[in-house]
Amino acid sequence: MAAYRIYFVVWGGLVLLTGLTLAVSYVNLGLGNVAVALLIASAKASLVALYFMHLRHETRLVIAFALFPLFFLSLIIGGTLLDTMFR
Amino acid sequence: MSSRPPEPSLAPAGAPEKARLGIWTFLATEVLLFGGLFTAYTVFRIAHPAQFHSDYLQLNRLFGALNTVVLICSSLSVAIGIAAIRQGKERALQRCLIITLLLAAAFLGIKYLEWSDHFAHGIYPRTSIFFALYYTMTGLHALHVMAGMGALTTMLVLARRGKFSAEYSTPVEITGIYWHFVDLVWIYLFPLLYLIG
Repeated sequence: MAAYRIYFVVWGGLVLLTGLTLAVSYVNLGLGNVAVALLIASAKASLVALYFMHLRHETRLVIAFALFPLFFLSLIIGGTLLDTMFR
Repeated sequence: MSSRPPEPSLAPAGAPEKARLGIWTFLATEVLLFGGLFTAYTVFRIAHPAQFHSDYLQLNRLFGALNTVVLICSSLSVAIGIAAIRQGKERALQRCLIITLLLAAAFLGIKYLEWSDHFAHGIYPRTSIFFALYYTMTGLHALHVMAGMGALTTMLVLARRGKFSAEYSTPVEITGIYWHFVDLVWIYLFPLLYLIG
């Protein structure tokens, strides 16, 4: 049973964070809503990646493979915004 | 990332590293596929803030939240199934795969209800840039859910034939990582489309 417990704990955390982000969306924080929603989403994504996808116990090479595309994604979004916002 | 060596005891059988590198490489291409759409979303959101605000209010965020919980539950059942087969529990794996497939079908059912509701209100991809992005992003995600259901069904058939054991569970492990990725994409789509405007 011990092998499963961590998954139930993570699942509980994910459900709680979903409720939290839903509740916050009814409060008007201006741009703060965007920041809070993305922060909570990233917390949930980290939980899924670390525990469900086992990245927490992965080798350094696999972790590098998992993080590398995020670097490219930030280049694509950053580079595009540099073009569209300062044209 | 500390300097300690990986803990093999926590992954009794697991998949060999080359298989894990393979699925993560595939997921890199998936990140960039969805990444293009996330980039488009960011650019158009900055260009048309008022339109995004009035359009997102037409989505029912309770449906979005419900579907988020459905996918989180499906991720849990995959994770449990993999932990079970690592201990050689074949029946438990089969049950978990069936639960996951049912939850995936429930997700698509809720998505179907939402889309038909939009269509009934005359909201189509051509309605606005927001809805063009909404249909493209949720549609591409739904295709990934269907592909995942295909992979999970294959795993269920193989599991019933007794192909998996505590010593060999690689295909299930790899399918699981893909399924969690589908969950991950929705974790970002939900706030971007339903919650912030």
